[in-house]
Amino acid sequence: MEKWSNNKAWLLVLPVFVIVAFSAIIPLMTVINYSVQDILAPGQKVFVGTEWYREMLGDYRLHEALWRQFLFSGLVLLIEMPLGILIALAMPKKGWGVSVCLVTIALPLLIPWNTIGTIWFIFTRPDIGLLGAGMNNWLGIAFDHTANPLDAWITVMMMEVWHWTPLVALLAYAGLRAIPEAYYQAARIDGASAWSTFLFIQLPKMRGVLTIAFLLRFMDSFLIYAEPFVLTGGGPGNSTTFLSIYLVKIALLQFDLGPGGAFSLIYFVIVLLFSFIFYQALQRVGKGEKV
Amino acid sequence: MKGKKKVAGLVIYFILLLIPIYWMLNMSLRSNADILASFALYPKNMTFMNYMKIFTDSSWYMGYVNSIIYVAMNTVISLFVALPAAYAFSRYQFVGDKQMFFWLLTNRMAPAAVFALPFFQLYSTVGLLDTHIAVALAHCLFNVPLAVWILEGFMSGIPREIDETAFIDGYSFPRFFITIFIPLIRAGVGVTAFFCFMFSWVELLLARTLTVTAAKPISAIMTRTISATGLDYGLLAAAGVLTIVPGAMVIWFVRNHMAKGFALGRV
Repeated sequence: MEKWSNNKAWLLVLPVFVIVAFSAIIPLMTVINYSVQDILAPGQKVFVGTEWYREMLGDYRLHEALWRQFLFSGLVLLIEMPLGILIALAMPKKGWGVSVCLVTIALPLLIPWNTIGTIWFIFTRPDIGLLGAGMNNWLGIAFDHTANPLDAWITVMMMEVWHWTPLVALLAYAGLRAIPEAYYQAARIDGASAWSTFLFIQLPKMRGVLTIAFLLRFMDSFLIYAEPFVLTGGGPGNSTTFLSIYLVKIALLQFDLGPGGAFSLIYFVIVLLFSFIFYQALQRVGKGEKV
Repeated sequence: MKGKKKVAGLVIYFILLLIPIYWMLNMSLRSNADILASFALYPKNMTFMNYMKIFTDSSWYMGYVNSIIYVAMNTVISLFVALPAAYAFSRYQFVGDKQMFFWLLTNRMAPAAVFALPFFQLYSTVGLLDTHIAVALAHCLFNVPLAVWILEGFMSGIPREIDETAFIDGYSFPRFFITIFIPLIRAGVGVTAFFCFMFSWVELLLARTLTVTAAKPISAIMTRTISATGLDYGLLAAAGVLTIVPGAMVIWFVRNHMAKGFALGRV
């Protein structure tokens, strides 16, 4: 769609810029400041240049946490995006079922993240949790997320999919509802199958909301902290020590703001880079469509 | 046949979704000792002790009040500033539009842990520490960009002929925007309001950093269930069940806007 060219549109954007910049710029500058200094004591700082960056980039535990993080976010996107779209397609379009579905599906999103971790910790415990006891006693599968790294991964993934698929589903559902009925009528007249209606009408029309859902799930899963930390504490061993959990270990538990700042900025740049690539790619996918 | 499969799949999904929530409800109706002592499919010695504690202790229930205040402020501010901005991004070309649009989203991309201290310093410098508006403003950092992005997506789905027709008919911009345009993207406004509410409601780190007592949110008060003797799981579960209620009400109110969607021919 051709856009009108008009620089006065900035006036409409200005309030957003001011309100976001207020909280964005100064903290970012402060963290950059941390990352180039060695803070020995309050008021006692030495400029160290890029030393923390070199130390962090060479840290093998950071590399391990990073690969773990990529695997985690990759799985999250592969599972949650298709599942969320399927749920949205299956949800009723009118009637009382709509209200029931919308309210139910939103429930996991509304629980504070640390609480989710705690509830799942009990829920999956082999002795007193429904899932853990069910697996061990009824199905006879030895399942213990505190001892077995694979079980810990499965537990964290289940929790994550349970928690966040509703976000994709809600966005996709709202996107579907925003498609004018006329498009469906046209498809019906043309005798289009359900699959081609999905491929040529629903999917292109949902591109906007799905781009947001994809980017949100990528960013938030890449930055995930509270839920796995409470559930597994990063273990057993380091098997579920994701990037944020390692960052907090360095920055806050050892109270080292210098390396912590450098780590944060490297982390930020990685998320930024991948989000940008995904955004560009998703923008391009729809360019060919004339819908 | 196909319709039946759809329904069956949906029902299975909802059952799986509700099981952990049922487990939380189950835990909330048992004493902590009971939870830790044995496995029970349903509470055998049902007790409302955990809920009683939350409703009678002001340091507990004020947490809900504080959270609701700053979350409501944040949702209103976010929508108010994001609606015109999203319109600008979806309709106009201007200097730095693409860069600005992406920059907004970058504010959701930084790991929060190390940023908490500078946030504390910034908000204590401007004298807003331990106020509701401080948390509401801080949450704008991640909610305003989200609101702009979601709304822009919905607005771009509206054909521009609608704007042109309205302007030819002599509508002023504010009148067109409020009486014609916003009703057209109701689904988007509903979703956006819910997401702003949700992300602000569950955020813990910034809310805890910026408050001491007067505006302490429920998510921070819930961490008090950890004591020297271990976690009080029953109390935490009860608090968790109660955190669902306000958000479920919000989605109940916006459900019609989300379901109705688009209705052309309004102009």
